[in-house]
Amino acid sequence: MTFSGEFLAFMGLALVAIIGGVLLLNLTKVVHMVVSLIFTFVAIAGIYVVLSAEFVAAVQILIYSGAITIIMLFGIMLTKHHDEHEPKTGKWRKILVFLGVVGFAFAVYLGIYDFNIEQVPTTLHENNTMQIGKALYSKYIIPFELTSVLLLVALVGSIILAKNEKKEADDK
Amino acid sequence: MSSVPASAFLALALILFCIGLYGALTKRNTVIVLISIELMLNAVNINLVTFSKYGMAPSITGQIFALFAISVAAAEAAVGLAILISLYRGRKTVNIDEMDTMKN
Repeated sequence: MTFSGEFLAFMGLALVAIIGGVLLLNLTKVVHMVVSLIFTFVAIAGIYVVLSAEFVAAVQILIYSGAITIIMLFGIMLTKHHDEHEPKTGKWRKILVFLGVVGFAFAVYLGIYDFNIEQVPTTLHENNTMQIGKALYSKYIIPFELTSVLLLVALVGSIILAKNEKKEADDK
Repeated sequence: MSSVPASAFLALALILFCIGLYGALTKRNTVIVLISIELMLNAVNINLVTFSKYGMAPSITGQIFALFAISVAAAEAAVGLAILISLYRGRKTVNIDEMDTMKN
């Protein structure tokens, strides 16, 4: 393993992503947790660029570090939370969950640590967006259209869910 | 070819998935639980994009499935937040262990 630019970029981005995740677990204020998650999302977008998926990286920045983070901040704003995230969950439960997660990680790591199949040269980095567009509008056209139905259902459903209570209060 | 082995990307995805899983199981604030689930979905997307480059037959399909997963995750976040707000109107709390109406 040589210290090429790709390796350095991967190590830096992976470090930022993991630090963001660890900060999510350890910070006390809810807003700080969400902001630390933005670092993780942006670093994952960089990982996508290393993996020659530029379009997915752009979508990641737009959707995750843009839209979903803002939505979550709105959720924090609209609900009056106690600013300090008091750790009231039982200590034993935390330890048990931690042990379970570590066991899961170890089991999966045993499966992937020597994953090594020979690399085939790819053309993913040439005209990445054009390739995605061609595949999306020819081979995957039906899932693509179904996604639009799903988004419409989610839009209508979330409006109805969030509005319901207020209407009943007005009727009374 | 590329100097970073595929297992490094898979290990990064595994670590992020475990952080998300731990956060989703131990945090009390529902917003943080939702965002931990987003982190887990993101880790899965890293795996999809990794195999689109390093798999047996590399093709664009992995990236397309990552895009589908991202759009479904966005819809899930919106609906989850709407449920959270409508719960908050009724119960005046966002703590996940106080949402136990179905228990008794």
